[in-house]
Amino acid sequence: MYVAVKGGERAIDNAHAWLAEERRGDLGVAELSVAQIRAQLSLAVNRVMAEGSLYDPDLAALAIKQARGDLIEAIFLIRAYRTTLPRLGASCPVDTAEMAVIRRISATFKDLPGGQVLGPTFDYTHRLLDFKLAAEGEVSQAATAPAAMEAVPHVMAMLDRDGMIEAEPLGNDVPADLTREPMELPGSRALRLQAITRGDEGFILSMAYSTQRGYGRTHAFVGELRIGAVAVEMEIPELGFAVEIGEIELTECETVNQFKGSKTEPPQFTRGYGLVFGQTERKAIAMSLVDRSLRWAELGEDYTGAPAQDEEFVLMHADNVQATGFLEHIKLPHYVDFQSELELVRRLRAEVFATQEAAE
Amino acid sequence: MTDQAYNFAYLDEQTKRMIRRAILKGVAVPGYQVPFASREMPMPYGWGTGGVQVTAACLTPDDTLKVIDQGADDTTNAVSIRKFFQRTAGVAVTEATAEATLIQTRHRIPEAALTTGQILVYQVPIPEPLRFLEPRETETRKMHELEEYGLIHVKLYEDIARHGTIATSYAYPVKVEGRYVMDPSPIPKFDNPKLSNSPALQLFGAGREQRIYALPPFTHVVSLDFDDHPFEPSKAPHDCDLCGAGESYLDEVIIDDLGGRMFVCSDTDFCRTRCEAGHLGALGVPVLKGGA
Amino acid sequence: MNDALLGGFVDAAVQSSHAFRAALSVLSQPGNIRDLSGAVPPAPLSVAAGVLLLTLCDGTTPLHLAGAFDCAPVRDWITFHCGAPLVSAEAAVFALGDWQALQPLGQFAIGLPDYPDRAATLIVEMPALEAKGAVLRGPGIADVAYLSLPEVAAFQANRALFPLGFDCFFTCGTKVAALPRSTYVEAV
Repeated sequence: MYVAVKGGERAIDNAHAWLAEERRGDLGVAELSVAQIRAQLSLAVNRVMAEGSLYDPDLAALAIKQARGDLIEAIFLIRAYRTTLPRLGASCPVDTAEMAVIRRISATFKDLPGGQVLGPTFDYTHRLLDFKLAAEGEVSQAATAPAAMEAVPHVMAMLDRDGMIEAEPLGNDVPADLTREPMELPGSRALRLQAITRGDEGFILSMAYSTQRGYGRTHAFVGELRIGAVAVEMEIPELGFAVEIGEIELTECETVNQFKGSKTEPPQFTRGYGLVFGQTERKAIAMSLVDRSLRWAELGEDYTGAPAQDEEFVLMHADNVQATGFLEHIKLPHYVDFQSELELVRRLRAEVFATQEAAE
Repeated sequence: MTDQAYNFAYLDEQTKRMIRRAILKGVAVPGYQVPFASREMPMPYGWGTGGVQVTAACLTPDDTLKVIDQGADDTTNAVSIRKFFQRTAGVAVTEATAEATLIQTRHRIPEAALTTGQILVYQVPIPEPLRFLEPRETETRKMHELEEYGLIHVKLYEDIARHGTIATSYAYPVKVEGRYVMDPSPIPKFDNPKLSNSPALQLFGAGREQRIYALPPFTHVVSLDFDDHPFEPSKAPHDCDLCGAGESYLDEVIIDDLGGRMFVCSDTDFCRTRCEAGHLGALGVPVLKGGA
Repeated sequence: MNDALLGGFVDAAVQSSHAFRAALSVLSQPGNIRDLSGAVPPAPLSVAAGVLLLTLCDGTTPLHLAGAFDCAPVRDWITFHCGAPLVSAEAAVFALGDWQALQPLGQFAIGLPDYPDRAATLIVEMPALEAKGAVLRGPGIADVAYLSLPEVAAFQANRALFPLGFDCFFTCGTKVAALPRSTYVEAV
């Protein structure tokens, strides 16, 4: 005898309890602390902050723990939390020229003021599994040097001084905010940059890679990649001046791209820009390539049909919280619609059979 | 009891005002999709975040809420959404369609006729009826502006050319008050006639796609068709095996691996109410009134 | 005297939820009249208009005050309780005034052909509000409804713009009614 499925609520509660048990795993293994995640899985923390659009390493670490290391799930937790926070105001734009850099490289000049600073990078590590880490890891001490007092000017500013790169004058426009207003296309460059910096690292990486392989090629050089801490300041109306309210770590990438110009207009290089929370250089480089490829119209280039040139395609599909939700929703029951399709296909088949019989 | 850590019905007041303004504009222009700044909700996009935001913006503490998915009150996502509002808004809940003041639904319109004062909130995955014909929002917006709906008629007509009939069985497009073509959400086309001239207010929320639209009560809604191929609502040609209903939408349940199946009402409240009133289907068992 | 700091909602979440449902109900059923309460705004603002402002307006919704309603007590009250920027008629998302002061109606936003939602909502303070007078037909109305509109021609002209056009709430004391742009209006 058929009995309709009941007990959805108990099933959900039990599933949650089981999930919590699985999250903790083997009780014989020490529990992972949020502080450990924050300190030792810092690149995962950075990704969650960047795509979660909330600069809070402790909350990001907590989200990673709660999500059992599923970073998109952790990003979702942070996003859902962030929307409940009140908006107290907007900070002043951060000045990345004043960044206390831990890493700064330029691919376009051999040496330059401020120097090439390799910093804590995987770049020249040999990708050999380090079995020492499997044992109790020893703390390795890196050599230190006194902090350089010298300013680290932007490579772009140097090119700009000579008129070699398109000017990017300061504007007073209030940038659009896609978390507060529905996205309207075509969007401004600021809106696109916001969407990309929150966008899924894998998606942005693939889009950028596709431009390198010829789907909307922009001939990018990394003019400069810098990582470090910048001060965040806020205007306090009661005081009449800006005060520093904190410090955040950022990765900034500026690319120098194919020049534009004509017989009458002197040629200039063009720009791509990436700025991402935390030490997230793969994302920042990818972002600057995608930014540049989306600028084809304003730079008078041809639309070649490349996915990375297609603003609507990139912006509507970059968000992994949206994408994963909609992708995974197809596991929800759809039996009502499927029933409708079943009836239709049965009827169509019956009609085909009837026609065949009539013909025979 | 409401969870004091969150505002009434979860959303902050500024977000509710934004959603409420969008709902009012949706009501003023029936069938037109109003963009709104959808928020991340504590459930995934695609799982009813649009419906949840519309419901949260509409609920008062005096409401009685019913949540259904596939017509059923006890499907897991319906249970989860109902629990969310019990926790964050402390509202009364019910499974009885007639007792509910606000019903959030996914994929069905209840069988029992709705009444004046009731609100039916639909969860919508893709609000744009032209989306699968034209993927670009910038293009479809223009098509709505210019009432350029030829493409969708061509699609339906191609169905007829290929299959001899319109091969759309759910999310069947409608025209509202002779102006906007609208996606009624993925309800089976069996439910389409209930969209028109309903005494209830119907609100549609698409969270991921950031759109809200509405059908005020007594709004004229027509399913698209052709003179020689008129729209036909359809259902399984059976009666409910539990309650014997002949006019309700049916789920097909596979009961063995030998081709055995039975048909039961998709609307669980409708079916239970009929069984309790003594109706009996071919495979039903009499309900003992007041029994456990 | 009504202090600008007083007269707001005591329990904003709950009071605004009831107020919104009343507003939704009257807009989706033109001709219906409901009561709004919970705010004590300064004169000449009616209770109903005050409640609507508290429920729908905030720092993101430019508001135009017309005629006698553009006075210091009303401005101060709105600034404190809603934070809505006060603007000219052309820039308004909401506008408040009596029918005469809101003229000419052509100054209000009627939406864009691709975004008809970007149209003004007028809150019209009325000397009386009754379910009789002009004949209403259209979405939200089973057969016909009646409402004591300030005139007929303006609403016929507005309907002719559909899907563009402004939308109206009418307020009188604690009473509220509404007329969306979708309603067909005829004189009795």
